[in-house]
Amino acid sequence: MNLLLLTDGRFPAGGHAHSGGIEAAVMAGRVTGVDTLGVFLAGRLTTAGRVAAALAAAAACGAHDLVRLDAEAAARIPSPALRAASRTQGRQLLRTARAVLDAGDLPDELHHAVAMGVVCAATPGLGPVDAARWAAYDAISGPASAAVRLLGLDPFRAWGVVAALLAEAEEIAREAAAGAHHPLDLLPACSAPLLDIGAEQHAVSEVRLFAS
Amino acid sequence: MRARARVVAEADGYGGTRLTALRSEAPLILRETAGALYLVGGAGGPLGGDDVTLEIEVAAGASLTLRTAAASLAQPGRGPSRITVRADIGAGGELRWLPEPLVAVRGCDHRMEAALTLDAGATLVWREELVLGRHREASGSVVTRTTVDLDGAPLVRHELAVGPDHPAAAGPVVTGGAQAAGSVLLVGPGLRAAMPAVLGPTAAVLPLAGAGVQVVALAGDAPALRRLLDDGLRVCFPDAPGTNRAWNSSSSSSCCSSSSAVVASPTAVAGAACSPGSPPGPGGP
Repeated sequence: MNLLLLTDGRFPAGGHAHSGGIEAAVMAGRVTGVDTLGVFLAGRLTTAGRVAAALAAAAACGAHDLVRLDAEAAARIPSPALRAASRTQGRQLLRTARAVLDAGDLPDELHHAVAMGVVCAATPGLGPVDAARWAAYDAISGPASAAVRLLGLDPFRAWGVVAALLAEAEEIAREAAAGAHHPLDLLPACSAPLLDIGAEQHAVSEVRLFAS
Repeated sequence: MRARARVVAEADGYGGTRLTALRSEAPLILRETAGALYLVGGAGGPLGGDDVTLEIEVAAGASLTLRTAAASLAQPGRGPSRITVRADIGAGGELRWLPEPLVAVRGCDHRMEAALTLDAGATLVWREELVLGRHREASGSVVTRTTVDLDGAPLVRHELAVGPDHPAAAGPVVTGGAQAAGSVLLVGPGLRAAMPAVLGPTAAVLPLAGAGVQVVALAGDAPALRRLLDDGLRVCFPDAPGTNRAWNSSSSSSCCSSSSAVVASPTAVAGAACSPGSPPGPGGP
């Protein structure tokens, strides 16, 4: 039940303010409807989602130094705008978890994926695979929800796209949990150049609905 | 074919650099020429089944530029091909890795791995350009993975996967259908203050969390990609006249003989501009 609480879109950790890069992709005309949404989400899951799942699982397994792990996360986010967004979401999540979950001593500031893992480690019954599932799911559910608002998509079809990706998300989460104890420089580092470039364009655009 | 090559560059004590080890093994041939150390024999490969490793050591205060004479073609063959590059750069050392593009020929299954370790105060210019298939050809599968540690801390963990084994890569998150993808990584003291810059719809200058900058770009073909990456360098080094124009020209001096010649070469301008104490433009000390 704890994982349901954490992944609930209404959990007050500030996730609703971020579009996971889809607002920039919509502005650039790269996502225009349900079909391109599906390709976007598949791409995001297999790049940023895979990296986030691996970092979250590594943080949840408790075997790594958190400062080093946070630096490994930063080295996987070349875009300053995305690093700032990851930092903000991590901070908000840790603050919310402290207040809501009685989760004991949590750091004040970590990158989002690392924070997910740390929160799981501090929550009874949750471990690396849960953290990885959360991160992988978050990588697609956030942008799907944002796309419905930005493009006025049929929510049934948009969430159908998310449902179709769940098997792959589960596989990515299991891989992440299996590799949680690996040396940190071996963790996935799949980049998504258009997410990075789009995030910088988005950060300087004047009219936008989402923070990132 | 398995092969291992190695080069060691050391400061000669007179402000220049000498190669104290240079070992080639076919198909990885290193040739010292005016302006750079060239990796020769890349034009016909790598072929499926090749597994080649290049080890580079740039000692404190030394300077080395590596280039290839032409684009490399990653081609299918017996199994996957792999190139591994390991480089250590000492304090005050400079490595410029400026090969021509790697072309992912249809059917290839290629992996390029670079693991770079930099001491504090080292300078790096690291360019990677990937062309997805020859003219009007579908791309083969290529994964490039670059890890850079600076002064014992992670600076870059960057992996790019394209081709039929990575179907989502052609979508709106990775390449968006572009035929060429690339980046230039700049590391050196003094780069930390660089500002992010958008160079157009498919290119940006990205200051990293550590002391480095990544210029990332996507384009329709290799020349357009090179122009975008050069634009990024110009943004990073606005005071270095001729940086862009001369980026590809070869210097008249040896790849590593004298520091003044190194500063006169375009990428050394980039390198020199990283160091607060170095003069920003051509001419040298």
